[in-house]
Amino acid sequence: MKKQTIRLIVQALWFALTNGYVKGWMSGKLYKGKIKNVCVPGLNCYSCPGAFASCPIGSLQAVLGSGKYKFSLYVLGMIGLFGTIFGRFICGWLCPFGLLQDLLYRIPFPKKFKNLFGHKFLKYFKYVILLVFVIILPMTAVNIAGMGQPWFCEYICPSGTFLGGIPLLLANAELRSVIGWRFWIKIAILSVCVLSSIVVYRPFCKYVCPLGALYGLFNPISFYRLKIIEENCIKCGKCQKVCDMDIKVWEKPNSTECIRCLKCKSECETGAITSTFEELKKGLPQRKSQDTI
Amino acid sequence: MKERTKYILGALSAVIFIAMMILGIINKEFQIVFAKAVRICLECIGLG
Repeated sequence: MKKQTIRLIVQALWFALTNGYVKGWMSGKLYKGKIKNVCVPGLNCYSCPGAFASCPIGSLQAVLGSGKYKFSLYVLGMIGLFGTIFGRFICGWLCPFGLLQDLLYRIPFPKKFKNLFGHKFLKYFKYVILLVFVIILPMTAVNIAGMGQPWFCEYICPSGTFLGGIPLLLANAELRSVIGWRFWIKIAILSVCVLSSIVVYRPFCKYVCPLGALYGLFNPISFYRLKIIEENCIKCGKCQKVCDMDIKVWEKPNSTECIRCLKCKSECETGAITSTFEELKKGLPQRKSQDTI
Repeated sequence: MKERTKYILGALSAVIFIAMMILGIINKEFQIVFAKAVRICLECIGLG
């Protein structure tokens, strides 16, 4: 089975596992179990009626805006641990909004693009979103009670609109009476993400996602990393050609933009791309034979 | 950066982040997360 098919199956299974509260989808009520103390690794709105756990970015804003804590040890610790182990592997294999964009990109369209115009500079925009909307505004733009709002969730996050807003509005008639201008702005943002994802590969992940921005910082040092076997690499450039994130894999195998979809690894004709986990697996049979001796 | 250095940095990071999580649990930060997560976040879904 092709690696990209396996990836799609893993993404779908993970979505079903983490958003499988069927009663919630049917009734429009949220899951209230203890697992909601914990964050899933991907951008998964905790107001999704099927969600069993919490969104890391939503949780981070909630703690920073609570007025009680100046710094979020728990949530940042969780995000940091996910990043240290996986880096942006989470974006490629475990994020529901990533899955949506992957599926949309499969829709046939006369001309497809890897990147938007101005990609070289636009890719840094997600760090601005992270700093301003996820950290600074929730901490500083507070009300009389000293509490901040989740600015990224409130004004930008299309995952929240798609996984939370739309299903809840469909299931709860009373919520429909509260629809205002903010909802339509979020629907517009979601529409732009959906439509552009048909033409450009993962535009939200590349240019907007604050969680991808955070995880990307861990790519160079995460336990799961890609490696280039120099003796095998003929610098043919095929890895960059097939890479939908447009990375010069032979030069920067652990670029902050890499979502570890492993397309480059599958397509490399000389087997020059490997991963730390594969190297670990190769080490195991040797150890086994040593054990039997 | 050497591979060994990356592994050391990664391991150190993991220890620090686990320590942060434990401290956060002791500080009862998860209560804020839980309280937010079990109520419909009207801001998150664009309402209110």
